[in-house]
Amino acid sequence: MSQSNPTQTSLQIGPLLRDHGGVVALIVILAFNILFTPNFLQLQTLFVNISQVATIAIVAMGMTLVIATGGIDLSVGAVMALAGALAPLIFQSQFGVDYPALGIAAALVVPLLVAGACGMFNGVMVAVLNVQPIIATLILFISGRGIAQVLTNGNLQTFSNKSFSYLGTGKVLGLPFQGWLALAIAVILFLVISRTIFGRYVLAIGGNERAARLAGGPVTKVKIGVYMICAGLAGLAGLIVVAINSASDAARNGNLMELDAIAAAVVGGALLQGGRAPIFGAILGAVIIQLVKYTLLANGVEDEVALIAKAGIILAAVYVQQTRKE
Amino acid sequence: MTTLLEMNAIRKAFNGVAALSGASIAIERGEVHALIGQNGAGKSTMIKVLTGVYHRDGGTILFNGAESVLTTPREAQATGIATIYQELNLVPLRSVTENVMLGYEPKRLGTFINWREAHRRTREILMRFGIDIDVKMPLGSYSTAIQQLVAIARAVSLDAKLVIMDEPTSSLDASEVKVLFGVVRGLRDAGVSVLYVSHFLDELFEICDRVTTMRDGQTVGCVKLAETTKLELIAGMLGRDPDEIAQAGMTEFGGGAAKQGEVLLTAQDIATGPRLSKFDMTLHRGEIVGLGGLLGAGRTEAARALFGVDALTRGKITLKGAGAPNSPAEAIRAGLGFLTEDRKAEGIIPGMSVRENLTLALLPKLTRNGQIDRARERQLVQKYIDALGIKTADMEQPIRELSGGNQQKVLLARWLANEPDILILDEPTRGVDVGAKREIQMIIRDYVDRGFGVVLISSEFEELVEGADRIVVLNEGRSIGELKNPGITEHKLVQALAHTDEVTA
Ligand SMILES: Nc1ncnc2c1ncn2[C@@H]1O[C@H](COP(=O)(O)OP(=O)(O)OP(=O)(O)O)[C@@H](O)[C@H]1O
Ligand SMILES: [Mg+2]
Repeated sequence: MSQSNPTQTSLQIGPLLRDHGGVVALIVILAFNILFTPNFLQLQTLFVNISQVATIAIVAMGMTLVIATGGIDLSVGAVMALAGALAPLIFQSQFGVDYPALGIAAALVVPLLVAGACGMFNGVMVAVLNVQPIIATLILFISGRGIAQVLTNGNLQTFSNKSFSYLGTGKVLGLPFQGWLALAIAVILFLVISRTIFGRYVLAIGGNERAARLAGGPVTKVKIGVYMICAGLAGLAGLIVVAINSASDAARNGNLMELDAIAAAVVGGALLQGGRAPIFGAILGAVIIQLVKYTLLANGVEDEVALIAKAGIILAAVYVQQTRKE
Repeated sequence: MTTLLEMNAIRKAFNGVAALSGASIAIERGEVHALIGQNGAGKSTMIKVLTGVYHRDGGTILFNGAESVLTTPREAQATGIATIYQELNLVPLRSVTENVMLGYEPKRLGTFINWREAHRRTREILMRFGIDIDVKMPLGSYSTAIQQLVAIARAVSLDAKLVIMDEPTSSLDASEVKVLFGVVRGLRDAGVSVLYVSHFLDELFEICDRVTTMRDGQTVGCVKLAETTKLELIAGMLGRDPDEIAQAGMTEFGGGAAKQGEVLLTAQDIATGPRLSKFDMTLHRGEIVGLGGLLGAGRTEAARALFGVDALTRGKITLKGAGAPNSPAEAIRAGLGFLTEDRKAEGIIPGMSVRENLTLALLPKLTRNGQIDRARERQLVQKYIDALGIKTADMEQPIRELSGGNQQKVLLARWLANEPDILILDEPTRGVDVGAKREIQMIIRDYVDRGFGVVLISSEFEELVEGADRIVVLNEGRSIGELKNPGITEHKLVQALAHTDEVTA
């Protein structure tokens, strides 16, 4: 090569938005709130937002993994409701009352196992039976919440249980516990994606499934694994929501969460055709989604309008993605 | 004759790395013009700059007497430039008709597609190439060769002034190449110009009028083919002295010299479906066994069966004394490797880096407790980049940004790095330049000399005839005989293929 004279040095808005659109959006929203939303720069506001963001982020990270394989999981909200409904049933049962410590442990572990089983169901449908992900996960999307409501007789279950509520109200170093939890999960998943063979296969499957299979990738196992992780994280988020409210409401827990999670993942840079798993992007996406919700709420905009705004964000994110292709 | 196209001093850089730095080409009306150069020289980039896929950083383009301001491939088509890209961009899940007619469907009442007419026209276009297939089937259900012919047929049917073919013959066998040449000559006689990119230099002498040579993003010369030699062309591409190259010799594969070791693999009377109905072969350590056959003879199907991709419906495969693999993963664990012929659909993971693509099949061996040993990974990748001369900005570059031939080398390295006992190579040198081809052939010979075995599929008879120690001849899904080196000639192979019934020795 002789003379290489880069001519693309001039600063352009297009590429800036394309590569750092999420960060730019975040800055805009923050600036708007600081200027217009009353009491925005207060610790209380921060806490509220962190505890809300954490659940979205935890689910969105799982969703990011599923999307990275070229799939989608519509059942996360239903799985949240199911896991959330189970926990109080366990620690309020006779067993839970007699052995409080064991009861709490079981109230954490059993719902997560059930969520994992839901994920396995989704994974087997997709990877073994070759059902389209959107259809496969529709089954639990519809039936999961139904099961949760049957378990709780359709009632709101309130409780007061300090240890369990720690999951939603505890503080570590002054910040909400679930915020730290989300961060820890992000670090772990990031390492899994970038350092482990499992992570490499996840990206390879999303990038070109046939090639991954011919290169010896355990496509079926990895896909099932990904849906299990996603459902497990959804289960965890369901527990957190129940812990925050000190009540489990199977009808509302995780309602529309699949949309928030998909939106957060896409805003964070996940490609719907697969091949990319921006874990921290999912957190960024979750923060943006939550802040938009909060901004509209705090400024007196109605819920319905907030939904439209969310749709707008997804649209913008997808548009930016489309222009990314050469 | 007048000039149809003039590209002058074209510059194009990707992320600050120059792919073209002052490349030029001029094409006359009604001329078949060849464009040659090593892998990564910038041939495909030159074409994409012309058709508006990439936007040039500098230089001028005159097409049909006017300054060309194309910004999209669609516009290029409208102005009379039809292109068959190196990496076919057809839609495998759609029918053949949809692929051929895409964007030019015959309409009823101006809106509804007239399918009957579309199928009829498609059939007619394909018949010019002697392809008689069900045009309602998904394109992806046909072989790479058929897909390539379909792409060519589509481009040629578009009524263009310039038809560009980027390595059109890379997956065609001799008889299909002949058909293609007929079509190219027909175009020339009709006054259409053809820009023809190929690594098969012998072909150029047969159908091209002039040849432009590129090296490292620049044009180094343009001559009439009648006034040059193959040796001079190679020397121009490599930037070396012709005498030096002549001394080094041209082809180097040397089949027939192998010392057979123990039996690695036997396939007895296996079948996987209508495309592979009765196949037998044996592979020993230290030898290259070729699979010879025409399009649809079942060579790729045989390879897929050996590798555990397609399930057997009959027969028995024995691998180093053990049973047959049920999946590619199992096959790899059992010591097999399979380089596929379709690098875009089944080979590369486009968004992943050269490093990640190269080590994909090797991951289990690079992993401890689920963690990838990244230091060793980088070291191995660097070793193969150097050994195969892979031209890449660095190992983190996404593989889709590499030139076709360099992608092919990465895929070959994927399997060599794994060191399988049995390496099945389906068109291993597809798209690689003359220099690299020879190096790869030597690497394959070295590989079997180290005691491994290779099953070689190649639509280039020369490669097969010179490279293989034995050739199993296939016809319509059945193995019908075997030829042994030394002593195989292209003529004998063709005869064996033609006299399908009574081949024995
Ligand atoms: N989209 C891209 N991004 C970055 N680099 C690119 C891109 N496309 C091509 N290049 C680089 O430009 C150079 C020329 O590539 P090009 O595909 O034109 O080679 P070629 O002559 O067609 O080679 P081959 O014979 O292997 O097809 C290569 O070094 C390649 O890596
Ligand atoms: Mg090329």
